Amino acid sequence: MNVFNIVIAGVGGQGVLMASKVLAESALAGGMDAKQNEVHGMAQRGGSVISFVRMGEKVYSPVVTPGTADLLISFEPLEALRYLHYLKPTGVLVYNSVAINPSTVASGMAVYPTDLPEQIAQGSPGALGFDALAIAKEAGNPKAVNMVMVGAVMKNLPIDPAIVRGVVEEISRNKGGEVNLRALQGGSAAAMHEREFAGSSSVSTS
Amino acid sequence: MVYMEKIISGNEAIALSFSDSGGVFASGYPGTPSTETMEELARLGRVYCEWAPNEKVALEAVIGASIAGGRALSTMKHVGVNVAADALLTLSYTGVNAGLILMVADDPGMPSSQNEQDSRNYAKFAKIPLLDPADSQEAYDFVREGLELSERFDTPVILRTTTRISHAKGVVTPGERLEPKIGPWVKDVPKYVMLPNFARIKHVKVEERLLALQEFAENTPLNRVELRDRELGIITSGVSYQHVMEAFPNASVLKLGLAHPLPPGKIRDFAGAVKRLMIVEEMDGIFEEQIRAMGVRVDIGKDMIPLCGEVSADIIRVAGGEKLPPVAAAVENLPQRPPTFCPGCAHRGLFTILSRLKAFVSGDIGCYTLGALPPMNAMHSTICMGAGISAAHGMAKVNEIAGRPEKPVAVIGDSTFFHSGMTGLLNMAYNHANALVVIMDNRTTGMTGGQENPGSGMLLQGGKTRQVDMVTLVKALGIDQVVEFNSYHLAEAEAAIRKGMETPGPYVLIDKNPCILRYRVQRPIRVVDQEACTGCRACLKVACVALGLTATGEKPKVSIDPNICNGCSVCAQLCKFNAISES
Repeated sequence: MNVFNIVIAGVGGQGVLMASKVLAESALAGGMDAKQNEVHGMAQRGGSVISFVRMGEKVYSPVVTPGTADLLISFEPLEALRYLHYLKPTGVLVYNSVAINPSTVASGMAVYPTDLPEQIAQGSPGALGFDALAIAKEAGNPKAVNMVMVGAVMKNLPIDPAIVRGVVEEISRNKGGEVNLRALQGGSAAAMHEREFAGSSSVSTS
Repeated sequence: MVYMEKIISGNEAIALSFSDSGGVFASGYPGTPSTETMEELARLGRVYCEWAPNEKVALEAVIGASIAGGRALSTMKHVGVNVAADALLTLSYTGVNAGLILMVADDPGMPSSQNEQDSRNYAKFAKIPLLDPADSQEAYDFVREGLELSERFDTPVILRTTTRISHAKGVVTPGERLEPKIGPWVKDVPKYVMLPNFARIKHVKVEERLLALQEFAENTPLNRVELRDRELGIITSGVSYQHVMEAFPNASVLKLGLAHPLPPGKIRDFAGAVKRLMIVEEMDGIFEEQIRAMGVRVDIGKDMIPLCGEVSADIIRVAGGEKLPPVAAAVENLPQRPPTFCPGCAHRGLFTILSRLKAFVSGDIGCYTLGALPPMNAMHSTICMGAGISAAHGMAKVNEIAGRPEKPVAVIGDSTFFHSGMTGLLNMAYNHANALVVIMDNRTTGMTGGQENPGSGMLLQGGKTRQVDMVTLVKALGIDQVVEFNSYHLAEAEAAIRKGMETPGPYVLIDKNPCILRYRVQRPIRVVDQEACTGCRACLKVACVALGLTATGEKPKVSIDPNICNGCSVCAQLCKFNAISES
């Protein structure tokens, strides 16, 4: 069965669900069957969030099982490592390198790992990490990190980038359309640039 | 007319279908994963819909709507049915006038629930049909089917989803839109008045109806046989069907869209046509129990498919005897990222104080339940909606009998108080408990994403309404000692809570700060003076994700993430060195 599996990870409030919606609607606009699913409810309260998008000729389960993701998009480096096992050996990981402290770190009960890029690279040697927050701010809104991340993976999708752009335009027609399109473009350019100068990723704090 | 296909969640599909299928009235209570159904219905704007104070009220209102001739829908999460069960079990006897659907969303794996009960049990218990959609399209189709079934068999119908149906988005092609039609409002005493004499007659009819439904189940296309390879046959329903198709795409499948009552003939035929029979059902072994009772041999069932948590394609593969390819293990020992109070939330101040006072906190269902997690560790029981107050009453009475002077502290939010806390408080006043109740009146149903309630002054479909005044309400329930306090001001809050704990008798404290998420409150953000900070970590006790230790140095200092800080100043009030100030 030829299904393209995407896992999107992040922190509650980062816009993981909106990014998932863009990818699922793009698949549909591209003539594919698609299913999208996430666990939310407590998602806005800073918890770890994971969302699945599956696309192909016919998609049954809305759930991606570990070891089968073609693409893992993480909005935060620690979450990239947390869900790394979802990637299949040939899968691609793209992540935002800006760390967000979990409450366990913020309250001093745990320590945020300092060697994340190394640990991530060990699990996924081709992983691409970059500062998506800076690009979102440049585009006009720090909350547009989700669109930066979608832009950064456009090249990895089985969908024409023009379709993705169209869906983003349509979804944000009433609000933030220009910012979102700039963020999308910025993410796409950053991914291309980072791939050219691969291996320079590091984790920074905002 | 061409009906556009769209990619929508199961909840959205249910709302759209009710709106397209002549729906007239809907009422529900928010609860993950069911909430978006009512929100989408309000957004669509074609059907009257409202939030009720609790699920029992919602279902009863829907019963009235059906009696008055309007097709009706009630939505709730699985545990909500426990509250509505009193109405449901007798609704089974009365039956309906216009079609009535009870949409119940189960939460296997409990990403946002306090238990993992399987609502299919209620269909068996109430002897009514249950539809179990497997994707958004079926969620859409089964609403219309359910309304017709309800009217044809004079029965309420449960439309049961799970989290992966309610929240999963899939492609839906809507059907023809029907105009709402409102039938006559008829007086029919033997049908709707369940006095024993009438109820005895009705019980016989309920049993007859169940047999008629069973016959219907044998022939309806809702129950679909997909014959492929006969080596393995799988009986399944709901989202488990999708996992089965991932795991064994070539196996034969009996997919049950009508999950209660079961079709014994169809099941026997299917079992006879395949070599090995597997039953895949999430949570309880309800099919398996009934199928075994039919005398059908089950080769693989609950011995291999767990009773707890979600079913996955991998679980089914292993159950079917397949070996899984090796997969890299999850990285262990990473710092956990549990949900926590939002930066700026009023609950943070309250639990900082309760933690300091080492009170026994009898908690409730809402965002504030997160106060049980470290480092606060300031909630010591949470059972169900409203139990915070009622259980505190029992604790207070035992303390009194045992001669222990301590007062338990109940913590409850506004929506939960309206839902089930009021009766508990009435009991406290009536039976005079030595307990403190803290009502966090943030004027929204916060945990489910900020829905309106009787205290918010707004309706589900927009528009203003009467706003219930919490102080007046609490006094009307018989509580004389009612004091407002401000949990953002730690010294004031501590004094108020201490007084409440030391004053004998029932005592209620009310915090009226609004939910910062729902009402978009943003105060000036705070910064840490790195010179003044000694790295003592006192501020970290508030467990705010805006705070963090700088990574280097022997005694790392605290910094505040300006992108996350909401400016509540609770951390600043804990700093003995005045290192935290407005930026």
